[in-house]
Amino acid sequence: MAKSPDQEHPHKAFGWAARDKSGLLSPFHFSRRENGDEDVTIKILFCGVCHSDLHVAKNEWGFTNYPVVPGHEIVGTVMKVGSNVKKFKVGERVGVGVIVGSCKKCESCQQDLENYCPQTIFTYNSHYTDGTKTYGGYSDMIVVDERFVLRFPDNLPSEGGAPLLCAGITVYSPMKYYGMTEPGKHLGVAGLGGLGHVAVKIGKAFGLKVTVISSSPKKEAEAIERLGADSFLVTSDRTKMKAALGTMDYIIDTVSAVHPLLPLLSLLKLNGKLVTVGLFDKPLELPIFPLVLGRKLVGGNEIGGMKETQEMLDFCAKHGVTADVEVIRMDYINTAMERLAKYDVKYRFVIDVASSLSQ
Amino acid sequence: MAKSPEQEHPQEAFGWAARDPSGLLSPFKFSRRATGEKDVKFKVLFCGICHSDLHSVKNEWGFSTYPLVPGHEIVGEVVEVGSKVEKFKVGDKVGVGCLVGSCGSCDNCHDHLENYCPKMILTYGAIYHDGTMTYGGYSNMMVVNEHFAIKFPQNMPLDAGAPLLCAGITVYSPMRFFGLDRPGVHLGVVGLGGLGHVAVKFAKAMGVKVTVISSSPGKREEAVQRLGADAFLVSSDINQIQAAMGTMDGIIDTVSAVHPMLPLIGLLKHNGKLVLIGAPDRPLELPVFPLIMGRKIVAGSCIGGMKETQEMIDFAAKHKITADIEVISIDHLNTAMDRLAKGDVKYRFVIDIGNTLKQA
Repeated sequence: MAKSPDQEHPHKAFGWAARDKSGLLSPFHFSRRENGDEDVTIKILFCGVCHSDLHVAKNEWGFTNYPVVPGHEIVGTVMKVGSNVKKFKVGERVGVGVIVGSCKKCESCQQDLENYCPQTIFTYNSHYTDGTKTYGGYSDMIVVDERFVLRFPDNLPSEGGAPLLCAGITVYSPMKYYGMTEPGKHLGVAGLGGLGHVAVKIGKAFGLKVTVISSSPKKEAEAIERLGADSFLVTSDRTKMKAALGTMDYIIDTVSAVHPLLPLLSLLKLNGKLVTVGLFDKPLELPIFPLVLGRKLVGGNEIGGMKETQEMLDFCAKHGVTADVEVIRMDYINTAMERLAKYDVKYRFVIDVASSLSQ
Repeated sequence: MAKSPEQEHPQEAFGWAARDPSGLLSPFKFSRRATGEKDVKFKVLFCGICHSDLHSVKNEWGFSTYPLVPGHEIVGEVVEVGSKVEKFKVGDKVGVGCLVGSCGSCDNCHDHLENYCPKMILTYGAIYHDGTMTYGGYSNMMVVNEHFAIKFPQNMPLDAGAPLLCAGITVYSPMRFFGLDRPGVHLGVVGLGGLGHVAVKFAKAMGVKVTVISSSPGKREEAVQRLGADAFLVSSDINQIQAAMGTMDGIIDTVSAVHPMLPLIGLLKHNGKLVLIGAPDRPLELPVFPLIMGRKIVAGSCIGGMKETQEMIDFAAKHKITADIEVISIDHLNTAMDRLAKGDVKYRFVIDIGNTLKQA
């Protein structure tokens, strides 16, 4: 008979879990595995609240395995290292993102693309190589294979840096892969939330001209004055949308609900690329004519491999890019989730785990 | 007051036109412009019937103006050249495809991408620089700017080569642009019709492994034995599709009706490319998860520029690639259109204009 979560491993752990599709989180006792030769044991300091955490807590994608401890934007300090661990030592500040395992042998893993390995193990709601469930960062500690731990640059603050571990790589990776990094080119960022605001900052760091495309006129001042966007388009403003037709080289579409693609595709120049990174469960309507007549494309991208995630963190540290966050206590999490569902956050909640998670 | 089609230009012409969205075609008298200094005048010998011709005569895309003379896979023989024409002389064989004009000054035109010029002028159903309607190749003669005329290779049969002027370039261009044109690539071709069968032939000539994906099991033998495809998948056979998941570098989708994208996206390897060249009249459903999880793309492509069209036809001539055709007389035109609507042709009708289009 399967052991209970708090007995299946030798080290006691404590966090907050959702137990059903209400998505309500509450205290949860479980356990973490023994620190193996390749492992690093991390005391968790902060964890970002990603929109995916909300989708999974409420089983919106249909594959949640309760109880689930979300959280894949984790910053902490190393407490213990296994005998084969080379990259880290006790006391160092590290990060853990969306994945904690892969097969390490396939073509994708060999190309540092662990995120495309068919046997990717996600930080939460997956099964580890030993068959047990993975639990995420809304918890006091985590044991992770060194390959999936990131060095946290000294000058990157923990709170503002934590969301980069998912939001940051989610926009950085397609920007690199689809060639959206030539200074002077014009990037559109659709949606100004957790992903979108980081995309604006990274876009500016690449020297791009950045236009935010949003359904909320109220976000304009913020986008331009604080985030540094060059311009702002409200999707319902027909005159301005028309004037912007065929002006963008690329668009990162971060909108996490079904929305019309036609207006966005029309904003692209010839050979323009729209990359969608928002995950939602219903299909989008894809009008063919704009693709065919303008040789445009719609692409997807999923986070990034470990090497690229480290590269992204170092890039952000160098250019002073951090997420804009609202730090919360663990017991505020359910309210935070409700506010997140209404997009009422600028722009990421980050849980101060170390200070507020108490048994 | 606008002049009638017969009177608006100095040179008499006749052809067959559709007059309303029933799409029925019938004899039509009109006129062509005087042969300008950069123009080539030719008598039309053959014209391929493209599925776009059918969409247009029935106004399925909503922008047809009648009377409409279709036809943009045109092969003919030059009878007159303007004083500044350099590429052609009387007696040469020429081809005209989907375009007869563009602005000539934008970045796209300078990059030989006239097909993406915002002011490109289609061979039929469009307004020319002089404000008059363009009429296509279901007619006895044409006047075209030499820039938009293709030198027809000497060793290529005129009738079987005509469809390459649209079908050929429509598949060739994205195969080159998206890198699906070299040994080691595994390409899927969805739909085995006018576009699809030419895609298979080009792909084999480029050393590409080809799998045809079709809704008709009856086409398997044809695809594999005659056209040289390496494999054949029936799109409704879940087992066959499952077995092929994640095996293709790219897919050229020629199907011009609404159809599910999810299985096609699943067939792609990661980083794979699904290129749509068929133009359904309604949007398709794009599932986002598989695109994101596999870093895959869905793209479109529209014919090709003039330089690339010439390159394509020279490539086809070198590799002895032509379309598989059924030659018809002009009187069979409406029957052919009905059969085309049902997919009942292997794989392109070509009208023998030279021998069968006679003025009433």
